[in-house]
Order: sequence, then structure tokens, then C-alpha cells
Amino acid sequence: MRKLLFQSFFRGPLTEPAPALDETAVEELAAALKRAARRRLGRSLSIREIDAGSCNGCELEIHALSNAYYDVERFGIRFVASPRHADVLMVTGPVTKNMRDALERTYHATPDPKWVIALGDCARDGGCFAGSYAVVGGVSQVVPVDLHIPGCPPPPVTILQGLLALLDRTAKTAAST
Amino acid sequence: MPSLIDLMLEGRKIRQHSPWPRIVVDAHLWKYAAGELAQGGWSLLGLWGEPTTVHMAVIDRDTAEVAVISLDCPSRVYPSVSQHHPPAIRLERTINDLFGLTAEDLPDARPWLDHNRWGVRFPLSDRIDALSTTAPYRFLAAEGDGMHQIAVGPVHAGIIEPGHFRFTASGETVVRLEQRLGYTHKGIEGLMRGASVERGAELAGRVSGDSTVAYAYAFSRAAEAALQLAVPARAVWLRALLAELERLANHLGDIGAICNDASFGLMQAHCNVLREDVLRASNIAFGHRLMRDVIVPGGLGRDLDEKGRASIRAALDNIHIRFPALIELYDNTASLQDRTVGTGIVTSALARQYAAGGYVGRASGRTFDARRAPGYAPYHDLRFEVPVLDEGDVNARVWIRIREVEQSLSLANQVLDRLPGGPLRVPVAAEAGPREGMALVEGFRGDVMVWLRLDGGRIDRCHLRDPSWFQWPLLEAAIEDNIVADFPLCNKSFNCSYSGQDL
Repeated sequence: MRKLLFQSFFRGPLTEPAPALDETAVEELAAALKRAARRRLGRSLSIREIDAGSCNGCELEIHALSNAYYDVERFGIRFVASPRHADVLMVTGPVTKNMRDALERTYHATPDPKWVIALGDCARDGGCFAGSYAVVGGVSQVVPVDLHIPGCPPPPVTILQGLLALLDRTAKTAAST
Repeated sequence: MPSLIDLMLEGRKIRQHSPWPRIVVDAHLWKYAAGELAQGGWSLLGLWGEPTTVHMAVIDRDTAEVAVISLDCPSRVYPSVSQHHPPAIRLERTINDLFGLTAEDLPDARPWLDHNRWGVRFPLSDRIDALSTTAPYRFLAAEGDGMHQIAVGPVHAGIIEPGHFRFTASGETVVRLEQRLGYTHKGIEGLMRGASVERGAELAGRVSGDSTVAYAYAFSRAAEAALQLAVPARAVWLRALLAELERLANHLGDIGAICNDASFGLMQAHCNVLREDVLRASNIAFGHRLMRDVIVPGGLGRDLDEKGRASIRAALDNIHIRFPALIELYDNTASLQDRTVGTGIVTSALARQYAAGGYVGRASGRTFDARRAPGYAPYHDLRFEVPVLDEGDVNARVWIRIREVEQSLSLANQVLDRLPGGPLRVPVAAEAGPREGMALVEGFRGDVMVWLRLDGGRIDRCHLRDPSWFQWPLLEAAIEDNIVADFPLCNKSFNCSYSGQDL
């Protein structure tokens, strides 16, 4: 183990520079944030992830955000274990009818102010599962959505762009109030 | 033991089913088949329904012969298989939920996927209105002094899929774990009905995201078997490359995640870098990090160019250099071994009975690997070993993955060395009349089975069976007498798919 740790001194960090902000995400957010005054968060976001019926592809890419290349925690973004600790709910999947209740309850368990990110094509409108007897549809049919990050699944860089846009906007809104 | 062939002589063979036979039998022969499963001569590959028919797929344990056995049940009742062979219990509960077909003397008549939220009952048959009230789900009892229950889920603490676990514990020791799944049920088999073959492939690739290649592969091979299509050699070989890259990425992620659940984050940090390298190389080579929608019926949707080939080679070489130090790290860290050795044991008898595929089976002495037997191209032409251990604990499941990483590295390199040229895809024509096909593909988690019937270019019925169906129940057994705090470790060492099971 010592050898492996020692090598890390010479390899240099794998972590890559932050991606540029996604313009569509920024615009979408600007609209969302006008709706209510937001408390100052600092540059920190706590995210509670909810799989509301996804195929688990989105979960794989959310996990990838924590690897050394993306290192999401350097931006003050972290994934938390309870909705009670969360600022943001990140919801994946078409919402299945069997998960609808759990999603609603998790939303209500999250303290205000809160944001909801719908992640992936299914989370927008049910994607290729829309119309099934077992599927409600997109996340916005169950809880209000502030930001949508498209993709099947969205790659980690795309997710990061969306999250940074959210941080950027909340910081600016907080500074102007 | 009478072979499958004897059974076929007594039943009515369906001509348009390939590559393996399908035989329509009477109730007497159906019960006989259930008996063979119970005695262990055959293993259960799948059990699924249609509005007035039930099918079971079996494989002979010695000869690896495969057959589908069908029973017409116009009265909507059929003799229960699970009465003799418990691995069929959840499958029969599902058949009841989706089709309203009742297994006579089913030992557990509770619903499985149906949580009474769909607004209808029996959605894939003659639908009727949902029950007006939802009765609470009756979890199995555990009685004794000082027992307490711990309810977990469906929303879990980590970034994982939803499902409910009900633990009954005595102090720290788990006395009983019962799973309740179905939360991610999307009705995929319902969406398949009447869909085009292309749409079917798209849906199949979204049954379980981590196995998107394996599912597209299995679906495509089943459709090609039904239509008697021969796929060009280049596509056959490239499919194996995709499958091995998927296995590599998932195993690397799992090895790291299991160690992380034993609070050894260093291993995960290094494994996830290697995993990311594989995903990036896959993206350069095939245009998608998880290689989704690349395998299509008739061949492959995208060719491998020089740049893609070089990026995959570089990723494979890098893992080849860096992985041995990680194996050493795992093997020589006593505090980590202390958590994994002897934890969450699956006995070889249970693994055999449930025909558990993948690392769950192979860590408990079951040698089955669909690439070997029944086998499919191009694996007959490739050199590889199937690692098997007998201990059945978390440690054994880690070691199977480690050895399979080495095998997949070798397999991917062999494919790149010997990749034939030529066309990549043949057109998939719509053929009239019912045509049935079936395929077994070894995904990273185990054997994925797809069975389908096409009619005039449309899907009449498609059933997709995830390996998790026969692994989830073993997790309930593995955790017994372990401490609650070891559950995440055991669970990750199984890494069953919720979405693949819930469908």
C-alpha cells in the first residue's frame, strides 16, 4: 500500500479542469430561480439522489462524478444519505407508479429551499417508457422540477455543467439580495 | 435420468422455434419437468407467461441441452413448479401479477411486482380493475425474544436503485432478511408487444443500464435466431469485444465498491480510475460510454476505426500494468480481508439449486458460463478460462471478479488481434408468420436470457430474464447470521439488478 501511495506523489493529479457552463442549463435555471428568493448557500450543495425507476444507467454516471477525473467534491458538491440534509433532489428514471409515493414523500422530507434536478431523458417525459401502464411519466408530473439534464445517460461532464450552473446562479442570486 | 430428448418425443414440437426446441406438453409432463428440476438433473433458466400459456426454459446440467417446455392452460390454472422447486416462487408470483394465471398450490401467493398502483390488474392479459384497497404487504414472521425489525428502502442512503429490505435482527445479528422488489417495474414486456424489432432492441438495452450491451446482444441474437439471419463475421467478433469491455468496466467498479463498503476507499479510488479509462475508450471507439444501442439486430450499428482500436488498446494496456498492484493491495490488507473472508456465505448446494449465474454461482462452485456451454460465436474460437471457487463468501466473489478482469483483458486483446474485415450488418426483413427465437448471453452479472416471438416484423411477445432473479433470493440466505453492518458489503458483492428484475 505504501508503494501505491508513494507513486501518487509523482503521478500528478488526474483531476481535470472544470468544464464550461452549459448555456441552456444556465437559462433554464435563471427562470427557475426568479420564482422565489433563495437563501444564501455559499458555494456548497448537498444532493440526495433518488432513483424513481431508472434502468441504473444514470446512477452509473452519477457515481462517476466522484472518481478522480471529475472529483465533484472539490466544488463543494456532495451526495448525502438523507433528504433531511439535502438542498437538491436529483431524480432519475421515468417515475414508475410503484415509486410515485416514495418520490413524493422524499420531496416533502426535504427542507425548503430546495431544488429538483431531473436527470436523463426518461426523467423529462418518461423517455422510451412513456405510455406504459406502470409509468407515470416525467419527474415534473409528480414534483416541481427546476433543471433538466438530458442524455441517456448524460455523461459526467454534462451533469457537472448542470450542477455548476446551479451553483453559479444560486451564488449570484444570493449576492444580489 | 431420462434426457430432454425423451421428453421431446412425448410432447408436440413447435417447428418455428430456434435454436433450441420448444415442446408443448400436457400437465403430467409439466409436473414431470418440475420434478426433474427439483431432483437437480435440470436447471431452471426461465419461467414466463402468455395470456393462456406458461413456458419454462430448462438446461440439462450434464449435457447443457436447452429446451423450452410449454403448457396451455385455458382454464388459467397450471400446476405449480415452485411447489417442488423453490427458485420458481417469484417467477410464478410474477406470472400471476402480469397475466392472472394461477399456479396451483403455489407456496407463496402474495403479489410480487404488483403493488396495486398500476390502476389495473393482469396488465398483459385481460385487464381488470385494480383492487379498491391496498392490503399491507405481509412480511414473513420471525419470532423469539428480543427481536426487532429494521425497515430499509425503497429510497436508500446511497446512490443505488430502489427496493425494500426488511431485516429481523437479534441484537446485531440478522435472523431474517426479506426483500420486497418491484419498485422500478416499468412494464417493459408490455411495451414490447406490437413494437418493431428496432424499438425492441432499444427497450432491451434499457432493461438494466449496467448490462446494456448484454441485453442488446441477447435480444439481437434471439431475433436473428427467429429470423434465421446469419450475422457478418466482423459484427460477431466486435460484439464479443463490446461484451468484454462492459464486463471489465463493471467488475472494476464492483471490486472498488465492495472494498469501499468495507471502508477501504483507496481501492475504490484506483479501481474507478481504471473503470473511467475503459468508459472513455468505449466512448471514443463506439460513440457512447456504456456502448448503448451499438449492437442492433442484424449486426452492429457502428464500426471500429483505427482511432477507436488504439484507444481500447491503450486502456487495456494501462489496466494490464496497473491492476496487479491493486490485486496485491487487496490480498495483503489484513483489515480488508477481515471483513470479506467468511462473510455472506452462499453454499454450493443453494447456488446449484437456484442455478445462480455469474460470480455468485462461480464463487460457490458452479462452473456454468453461457459463453462456454451452451456457447456462442465467437467464443468457441477464443481462449479463456472460467474461474471457479468453492468458498462462496464475499472474498470469493471478489476473487472471481479479479480473475474475470484478467480473462476479459485477454479476450478483448484476442478479438482486436484477430478481428475479421468485411460488412458489419445485414438488413432485418419482416418475415410473415410466427417465428420464435431464444438466446443466452453471459453478461457481467450472469446469463441474460431473451425469448421472443416475431410476427410480420412486429414483436408478438418478448420475455427478458435477468440473472438477478436467481441471485436475489440467495442474498437473503447469505446474510443470515451475519451482522447488520455487513449487509452493504454482502449486497455489493452480489450487485443484483433491481431494474433487471423488476423489468
